[in-house]
Amino acid sequence: MIFDSTPTRVFRHFFLVIGCLIVIVPIYFVFVASTIPLPAIFQRPMPLLPGSEVIQNYYQAIFHGGRGLGGARAIGAGVMLQNSFIMAGGITVAKIVVSLLSTFAIVFFRFPGRSILFWLIFMTLMLPVEVRIVPTYGLVSSLGMLNSYVGLILPLAVSATATFLFKQYFMTIPDQLVEAAKIDGAGPMRFFSYILVPMSRTPIAALVVIQFVYGWNQYLWPLLITTERRFYTVMIGLGRMLNAGDAQADWHIIMAITILSMIPTMLLVLGMQKSFVKGLTEADK
Amino acid sequence: MVTGKSVVFKNKGLPYVLLAPEVALTAVFFIVPAVQALLMAFYREDAFGLSRVFIGLGNFERVLSDVRYVQSIWTTLGFSVAVAVLTMVLALFFASLANNVGKKAIYYQTIIISPYAVAPLVAGVMWFFLMSPAVGVVAYFLRTLGITWNHSIIPWQAFTLVVVASSWQRIAYNFLFYLAGMQMIPDSLLESAAIDGSGPVSRFWRITFPLLSPTTFFLAIVNTIYVFFYTFPVIHTLTEGGPNNSTATMVYRIYRDGFRSLDYGGSSAQSVILMAFVMVFVLIQFRYVERRVYY
Amino acid sequence: MRKIALLVCVVLLLPSFLFAAGEPEEVEPEFPLEIEMWIGLGGALGEEIERMAADFNAMQDEYLVNVVEQGDYAEAMTSAIAAYRAGNPPHILQVYDVGTGTMHGNPEVVYPVYQLMEDYDRPFDTDDVLDQVTAYYSDLDGNMLSFPFNSSTPIFYYNVDAFREAGLDPNDPPETWHDIEEYAEALVGTGNYTAGFTFQWPSWTNMENFSAWHDIPMGTLANGLDGWGTEFVYNIPEHVHHMEALADFADRGLFQYGGRGGDAGPLFTAGDVPMYIASSAAYAGIAESADFEFNASFLPYWPEIIDSPQNSIIGGGSLWVMEGHSDIEYEGVAEFFEYLSSTEVQASWHQFSGYLPITDSAWELTREQGFYDEIPIHNTAIEQITLSEPTDNSRGIRFGNYVQGRSVILDAMEAIFAGDAGAQEALDEAVQRGNALLREFEETVAR
Repeated sequence: MIFDSTPTRVFRHFFLVIGCLIVIVPIYFVFVASTIPLPAIFQRPMPLLPGSEVIQNYYQAIFHGGRGLGGARAIGAGVMLQNSFIMAGGITVAKIVVSLLSTFAIVFFRFPGRSILFWLIFMTLMLPVEVRIVPTYGLVSSLGMLNSYVGLILPLAVSATATFLFKQYFMTIPDQLVEAAKIDGAGPMRFFSYILVPMSRTPIAALVVIQFVYGWNQYLWPLLITTERRFYTVMIGLGRMLNAGDAQADWHIIMAITILSMIPTMLLVLGMQKSFVKGLTEADK
Repeated sequence: MVTGKSVVFKNKGLPYVLLAPEVALTAVFFIVPAVQALLMAFYREDAFGLSRVFIGLGNFERVLSDVRYVQSIWTTLGFSVAVAVLTMVLALFFASLANNVGKKAIYYQTIIISPYAVAPLVAGVMWFFLMSPAVGVVAYFLRTLGITWNHSIIPWQAFTLVVVASSWQRIAYNFLFYLAGMQMIPDSLLESAAIDGSGPVSRFWRITFPLLSPTTFFLAIVNTIYVFFYTFPVIHTLTEGGPNNSTATMVYRIYRDGFRSLDYGGSSAQSVILMAFVMVFVLIQFRYVERRVYY
Repeated sequence: MRKIALLVCVVLLLPSFLFAAGEPEEVEPEFPLEIEMWIGLGGALGEEIERMAADFNAMQDEYLVNVVEQGDYAEAMTSAIAAYRAGNPPHILQVYDVGTGTMHGNPEVVYPVYQLMEDYDRPFDTDDVLDQVTAYYSDLDGNMLSFPFNSSTPIFYYNVDAFREAGLDPNDPPETWHDIEEYAEALVGTGNYTAGFTFQWPSWTNMENFSAWHDIPMGTLANGLDGWGTEFVYNIPEHVHHMEALADFADRGLFQYGGRGGDAGPLFTAGDVPMYIASSAAYAGIAESADFEFNASFLPYWPEIIDSPQNSIIGGGSLWVMEGHSDIEYEGVAEFFEYLSSTEVQASWHQFSGYLPITDSAWELTREQGFYDEIPIHNTAIEQITLSEPTDNSRGIRFGNYVQGRSVILDAMEAIFAGDAGAQEALDEAVQRGNALLREFEETVAR
């Protein structure tokens, strides 16, 4: 450890605090806007300290939603957060289970067609959902999966990110472990479940964060396939509320839902910070 | 050839069984729709798919002879470079500061990485709210300073806004990698330099920065791909590609021409062109990552 | 081996489990039959449409109209097209003005409204419908293909408090663009405003309606109403003059561009810009969020182009019935349309939203109810649209690929207002790009 001189130390903390402010200040203003009544948002300047409507605004956001979410039949952010949770969770689980199996096959076996199959999976990195969305819609519709969680999840569970991350990680596992397993007479699946999966906790943790955030943030796909309000995710809800047309958007409620939508992913990222950072930086480089 | 272990299990059927779910998902939800989408690039079709005329490379000719499309290629590249440079410089700066503050680093890290969890759509909404010429609080303070902020007509302001909003969110990811990279540099190297009388700045340029060059290279590519694909919601909520096309990136054009203007042929041709671009980047990254395994 | 079997099972069962979770809770009964209506209006207007559907549902028990807010207009249309391609389109789709050409160009997709009402013996009196509205939605033979629902026209709103403060008479609003210039100078001179005027939907207010209001063409063949062979001509001197003037106003700080679509709204409602050209349907939103008194009058005109203005044209949306459903469902659609076109429903929708009353009788009823004494602004819009007998330049517009076509015009306007291009040069380029889009559309629909 090298000890800085005092001016250097002050310099470091000063700029780090500025860095933190860059992150916090925009979120702070959103928070302030979520605690004041709608007309106050249009004041010049907007109030700079949180107001007194925290409970009303968030209560309305969670249980009743706002304009754009459908009057009497409106759903609140509570339902939308739950849908986002199911969708993001589903994508995470499906992606990790499927990729663990396939990557295990790619790395620990030799078989005809191995390269081709790997490239097939790898190609999915090159075309984001936006590009193939219309045919995918047709397909999902003909499978009867519109307005269903499975329709929200499966098309997005296709991506090579996890396969890629696991592959890099598996390559660092010493050959001796495989040798030892073989000498002990352990079959491949025994090796997989008792050695490989437990050893892969770090990349799995990183992927839980990455995939969950990815699923949580989806916009275009759920927009297209959910026509029933009870399947709205929180991102769709926000999009709907912003589209006020000629009427006034409910900015205070939008801001409250914006804050609510950040909480789950932030808790996940920060709560799993250590393993997330480790998994990401060790395997992906 | 794809690398694998030199010591492997022997089993004929098992690997196929293991791969089946992934391959099935990929085939059904990726290959089939993607091929359909790409085929559209060679047809002229009405919105409802009632008439279909094969026109060969007609859509490509049309797209590439459109000066605005060519402009959007440059916009995409400029946007990528701007976001990559801004995020990497700031992330490197903050990481190098945080790397040497001991235990307190975790507090700074916690705050600086939190925007990773913020959805691009939400980041767009947030910056829209802050910068709107009418209600935006930041726009208001800029005006009291005598700066007119109106990104709906001034192209450079619109461009700046999408760069700032995307970068705000993206610094987190770069910061993580730089910090991790720095923590892997042996203390002894830096200590011996310190004993030789190098100050923190000189140590950074002589030792830390060169040792981080693999990280820098990796981030440059990852950031480029990120900008190519994932900044779509930011542009969608903030500028919708305007004013006068100045923030329309390639992916935004694909969305706008296909999804809003119902020009599926032109949009698909653009997808093919975009894919060619991205393939180059991904191949570079892939080669690089593959090579690292033998280090 | 058992472990893999288990895993594979989990993976394969996972979807079906989730699918089960996502299955609609109630199995669809025989009756009421569900009729899907996809709309592109959100917010308070979307909710009002849902309320109207709910009233209809309560009136009878054979049909259940399910209103789905599908995002904005473009998203609603794309979703419906994707659904059509997949074989399950909604029964009713709300299509915005710029999408009208696409629907007209694909008659196979559409069950024409006049046909529907005839087939199911429902009254549909097109003579009662305002001429400007009929023209916009009829085919070459004068048959209404879609059900006019939310039509609006731009009017000129102004901040009465601001006028008073600047010493301007709020009872004598500007009539010509020269007046606008003068008023804007006075308003900006007070130092309280960032600019004198702004407008929303820039192409709709200052290109499409500008043309009709001044009786000049935007395109040939009656702006496309008479055939797909239409060509844009909006680079003629009158348009160039207007764009040059706007660029000059922008340069002098009299005009602030507020963005595409309705983005300019908050500039007016927040009190930054006291004069505002916007849809008559923007009334409710303004009334709700402006804390100043405001009024509205006719659109401004250039006396050097026309002695007295012609008439303005509509925008907004209409309801299209899509092919691919059974007779008994269409019967329900026809019944629903009969309900929607009833004078009471039309009048109440007009009064709630600021959209025009589509029929003379709804206009009449609203007048009798004394609504215009209370809110005279709503009468302004309809008087303006019926100001004179419409000409070929002021019946409406119908251009193919006009979603892109309009965006081409907006590109040009933005370049002109920012001072990046001269008006003539930018409009020339736009006409060229626009015509290429028209020719592509013509080829696609020629089948």
